[in-house]
Amino acid sequence: MRKLRRTMMYIPGNNPGMIREGHIYGSDSLMFDLEDSVSLKEKDAARFLVYNALKTIDYEGTETVVRVNGLDTPFGRDDFEAIVRAKPDIIRLPKTEKPEDIIEADKLISEIETKVGMEVGTVKLMAAIESALGIINAYDIAKASPRLIAIAIGAEDFVTDMKTTRSKDGVELMMARSQVLLAARAAGIYALDTVFSDINDEEGFINEVKHIKQLGFDGKSVIHPKQIEPVHRIYTPSNKEIEKSIRVLNAIEEAERNGSGVIALDGKMIDGPIVERARRVIELAIATGIYNGGEKID
Amino acid sequence: MGVKKLIKNAVGRQVPKNIKGMGTLKMYKGPFDYTPSGKKNGPKLSKILPGQSKVLESIEKAILETGLKDGMTISFHHHFRDGDYIVNMVMDAIARLGIKDLVLASSSLTNAHDPLIDHIKNGVIRKIETSGLRGRLAEEISSGLMDIPVIVRSHGGRSRAIESGDLAIDVAFLGVPSCDEYGNANGFSGRSICGSLGYAMVDARYADKVVLITDNLVDYPNIPASIPQTDVDFVVKVNEIGDPKGIMSGATRFTSNPKELLMARNVADLIEASGYFKDGFSIQTGSGGASLAVTRFLREKMLKKGIKASFALGGITQQFVELHEEGLIKNLFDTQSFDLKAAKSIGKNPNHFEVDASFYANPHNKGCAVNKLDFVILSALEIDMDFNVNVITGSDGVIMGASGGHSDTAAGSKVSIVVAPLIRGRIPTVVDRVNTVITPGETVDAVVTDRGIAVNPLRKDLIDRFKEANLPICTIEELKEKAEKITGKPDPIEYTDKIIGVVEYRDGTIIDVIRQVK
Repeated sequence: MRKLRRTMMYIPGNNPGMIREGHIYGSDSLMFDLEDSVSLKEKDAARFLVYNALKTIDYEGTETVVRVNGLDTPFGRDDFEAIVRAKPDIIRLPKTEKPEDIIEADKLISEIETKVGMEVGTVKLMAAIESALGIINAYDIAKASPRLIAIAIGAEDFVTDMKTTRSKDGVELMMARSQVLLAARAAGIYALDTVFSDINDEEGFINEVKHIKQLGFDGKSVIHPKQIEPVHRIYTPSNKEIEKSIRVLNAIEEAERNGSGVIALDGKMIDGPIVERARRVIELAIATGIYNGGEKID
Repeated sequence: MGVKKLIKNAVGRQVPKNIKGMGTLKMYKGPFDYTPSGKKNGPKLSKILPGQSKVLESIEKAILETGLKDGMTISFHHHFRDGDYIVNMVMDAIARLGIKDLVLASSSLTNAHDPLIDHIKNGVIRKIETSGLRGRLAEEISSGLMDIPVIVRSHGGRSRAIESGDLAIDVAFLGVPSCDEYGNANGFSGRSICGSLGYAMVDARYADKVVLITDNLVDYPNIPASIPQTDVDFVVKVNEIGDPKGIMSGATRFTSNPKELLMARNVADLIEASGYFKDGFSIQTGSGGASLAVTRFLREKMLKKGIKASFALGGITQQFVELHEEGLIKNLFDTQSFDLKAAKSIGKNPNHFEVDASFYANPHNKGCAVNKLDFVILSALEIDMDFNVNVITGSDGVIMGASGGHSDTAAGSKVSIVVAPLIRGRIPTVVDRVNTVITPGETVDAVVTDRGIAVNPLRKDLIDRFKEANLPICTIEELKEKAEKITGKPDPIEYTDKIIGVVEYRDGTIIDVIRQVK
């Protein structure tokens, strides 16, 4: 089954309390941050803390991601050395601008994996794209390594680079979001959306989640436990959608059994894309636990 | 100390058969095993002549008029919480008059009562009976300040003890926010309002002598009266009975703490799936963040299901009053008002009923309100593998809390739910054995933490229903393992042999003792 990555919650790498229990709120992934949320003075301490947390704490199936410092900083290499050894599911590379960034990180991870006797390719990679140049190169980045499983847009740095600011309707991000999505879909990997910083603006947050879901993103980075539930709710198919998808799939099955060429449901033709979408709805419904794969739903 | 033989009681606690100064103790055998005999203990008969005034000019005068003597038992209530001036004012006056060797029986003692330490040291107070102890007083007593152990009682247990004569009160000194010259008093008007006077009502009815102390003397008749003139011997007017800020915390707010919200949501889901969540259900919650948030989630579920609650009980909060005013809870039974909105509502909403502690929770009257409860949401300092709950001693073994209505509501309700984070700081909440048993595990049905939900194996019915509803339940052992994986196993607390507290179960049997910390 396709892995759910609806929510990836930021955990500052220097906050022991949140590192210890970030997973209890049910986000699909946790992202321990060694980069922007950790001051220069605390880089070592955060690295040590996150390393030990990953080694000790049972995150009970929640996907673990560590955002390291870039390899162009004095901390990047040490971060990789420590974190690969702690074996999170994913390392997130910040401020990716060109495919070479990915290739360099991929190579380094492989070296460390080999050195410590891990199977090469164990630790996956995701890339955050946060600049105009990165957006231009999005597709080349997305297919730079088989280790790369997702790209994400980082809006705060991006809008600064674009000499603008973030707005409620996100018009300044239209092009960049679309570009990241196109690149991810063309490369066959996940596309993840940026954070929504005002944790008290529930309505604005919900509007943005609906917007990025409609665009096609697989999920969103969140910065507070209370942002998790709305995302999951919006990403959960409705009973109506599930029922319709079951009927589509049943009609297909029946048509195949009867050897009938043209397939119709309620007087409308069912073609490839409709079937594909129905499959995806059912997949999502099963993954979110609201449907068990049987005939009926309550 | 005079501790003789230790006996293991029904919750596996080593309890002495006799304690010097307390006589022979009854052993706890089970939540409903003990059957009382005998008759109620009543106050002395008295006579007030027509035209006779009950108003006295000072507390000293009142003490003298009541005939208080060395060795007697005096009582107080704790409706003024951390804002209380009455206990200290009266004890200072008693000390000035040279009266000694008293038993102080308050419905509870709070952070306001550190000055009692000196009165204990000077021999004015010989023994304390209370629901709880906090602050420096609690620390000193835990370190062995007193020769005779403190008796810790639940709210229902205290009213039982008063009615049975186990706790025979010679003089009750009761602060009241409003009172007339003949002793008709209530708690919902005046400058220092506390709402319900539910604990004080029992003392007024059973004490031999009753002194009301008020800062708000009003015209006769002050009705409706929570304490009626027929129970009152004397009335004293003072400048202040308490600090309004300490009596009432103002508005209790809904928490924004994500962990409390997570636990509250789990509790609400549990309630919904329990089989008892239907029209006419009843509920009691505590005043903690998670408890209060439960009411918010329940409101949504009640509206969705189109059901109403018949009553809410206990400590009444703003949240309950709002649901009552919205028509979702038909009646409020209030022994203690937790905030200003609740305190005012008593005087305003006709179906917000003030009830006394015996009506609330006394197991030996002819039917207390907790017996009609469907759900109670309770807190805990510790929970153990037998589901026993400690709400009185901290992780250092020192007294820091109160028995309250914990064991009463757990015993009476159909579904008792204990809510606590699995780890506090770096100390696990779910442990092998609690430091002190306040509530026996047999009466605790579910434990909701931020890391999982455990249901008492005795409640197979609930386990089945929760599983059917796909709720993530696990065993209490699994919760403990989860906690210890992170915290490790704490070293046991070291105690001396000296017993500094005796925990009475609501029926008057001894469920546990508290020892002096080393």
